[in-house]
Amino acid sequence: MRILKFVLRRLAFGLGALIAISAAIFLVTQGLPADPAKTILGRDATPESLAALRSVLHLDRSLFSQYWEWLTNVARGNFGTSFTTQMPISSYLGERFSNSLFLMIVSSAISIPFALLLGGYMALRRDSLFDSAGSFTSLVFAAMPEFVMGTGLIVVFATTVFHWFPAVVYLEEDASAWSDPKGVILPIATLVMGCIPYVSRTMRASMIEVLESDYIEMARLKGVSERKVLLRHAFPNALGPVFQVSALNIAYVVGGAVIVERLFNFPGVGSALTEAIRSRDLPVIQFLSLLIGSVYVITNLVADVATVLVTPRLRTTLP
Amino acid sequence: MNKVSREPRPFLDFIGTVWAMRRAKIGVVITGLICVTAAVGPHLAPFTATEFVDMPNSLHISGALFGTDYMGQDVWSRFLMGGGSILFLGAVSTAIGVLGGAMLGVVAAYVKGSLNSIIMRTFDIVIAFPGILWALLLLSMMGTSNWLIILAIVISTVPRVGRIIYGAAVAVVEKDFVSAATAIGESRMRIVFREVLPNVTSTLLVETNLRFTYSIGGIASLAFLGFTSDPTGANWGTMVQENSSAIILQPWGTILPVFAIALLTIGTGLIGDAFSRVSAGIDRGRND
Repeated sequence: MRILKFVLRRLAFGLGALIAISAAIFLVTQGLPADPAKTILGRDATPESLAALRSVLHLDRSLFSQYWEWLTNVARGNFGTSFTTQMPISSYLGERFSNSLFLMIVSSAISIPFALLLGGYMALRRDSLFDSAGSFTSLVFAAMPEFVMGTGLIVVFATTVFHWFPAVVYLEEDASAWSDPKGVILPIATLVMGCIPYVSRTMRASMIEVLESDYIEMARLKGVSERKVLLRHAFPNALGPVFQVSALNIAYVVGGAVIVERLFNFPGVGSALTEAIRSRDLPVIQFLSLLIGSVYVITNLVADVATVLVTPRLRTTLP
Repeated sequence: MNKVSREPRPFLDFIGTVWAMRRAKIGVVITGLICVTAAVGPHLAPFTATEFVDMPNSLHISGALFGTDYMGQDVWSRFLMGGGSILFLGAVSTAIGVLGGAMLGVVAAYVKGSLNSIIMRTFDIVIAFPGILWALLLLSMMGTSNWLIILAIVISTVPRVGRIIYGAAVAVVEKDFVSAATAIGESRMRIVFREVLPNVTSTLLVETNLRFTYSIGGIASLAFLGFTSDPTGANWGTMVQENSSAIILQPWGTILPVFAIALLTIGTGLIGDAFSRVSAGIDRGRND
């Protein structure tokens, strides 16, 4: 019952956060600029086109009624039309959305298991050369912004040192990412490098704590084989805090992907957003920001619930 | 030396322990090197940032050490001039963001009740959306002035610092000396700033460093996406974006700025790592 109550409360917060985020997105895009129509059309706009755009955006109405109109339309699945392409915005939900999901799932599926093994092994070989080399490398990767890491990979593996992979993803507007397997390696590698440090560090700390615990010592004293101590007792118990960080990492990929997609010209939601921003395509900006925000909120929500489910200790402390 | 009579100096001891770590020294040297380059560089640059020097994307030009960029401008000069604004904006936005976050966090820890939940829920909501996206939305709609770039970074810094400081301050608020201060009738302002805040300084130092690293990364990333207050000026982030399409012909225009940003973030990251190790007591018992 406690768990059910926790899940419901967490769901309510997620929904509240989404509504607050949607309001903030709307306020920034349509409420803050003195005249959104002028911001979008620029200085060369004719009075007629300004007037037409103002009526499309309902700028003559109160800000709240503009927001309500937009929100209810989005909730009904009526996302509007892009200013630049005149295509319905729902078309962004097709190939581009699945391309971004592909990037997110593949890089998480590589980085999280790898980081768990790395962090666990660093904890076992604590203070060894492997441990310090690993912690230094993860520090370096954690500090650098994604575009710097990505450009570094391009210089080394695509253009200047080696010529193993293409520097950009060559895809038609609506092609799926897996039709260019060689092209997606570097974008995925960039995200993987950005993800590993956080998960491996948390795993290392959590594993060290578990290895120093009484029950591991007890198991060793009982004569349980070292292999079994690690696989049956230490590793599963170290996973609790890692769960949260891993999910936060998936959320990080959602944000980091905006930069990585732009850098590699990867046709996903993130690059669509930066393109829309450059052409000031307001309905697309609003919708894609909300979409990315939703994925982010949902991932965090699932993470919180899953962490509580896999950590019995936490379940009993739920209010 | 008589150590017993020495006054306790927790802050200086903390800094001393951090400085004793090798990674802190390496970090300071690297960060210092980049800061000096950014500060002195503009005076050493042989050309101005926007001067046409020779054919675009040429490598072997006398007088232009690393050749010319996509517009025929001197890569070396633009590199020397390109770090100042990133460092300046990074420092200012970190200072404002950390101060704001620390104050809100400490206040939320001390005053319980509705103000606490307003502050903490607002933090939760701001964090529930990627920081880079808030920045993109704000800058694309409001234009890119230095103040808006700082504001964009501050918005993502405040709630993250606030949460951490809140966590540290909640433990301090329960201590006896805070109850004592309340009992003798000190004002709430005084308790928050004179009793609680000084006791979370080590956490604050760790956070300041971490946030500086991320602010630099964020500002450089925004510049990479084309958001700078001076579109034609030299900026390491913008240089990467401008020159990366000609990277096969002229790699220096991309490699130099990428290398500088990487070194800078690694340097501050090393210092931050030393801070957090000492603060968390990870290196307990090692007094090298």
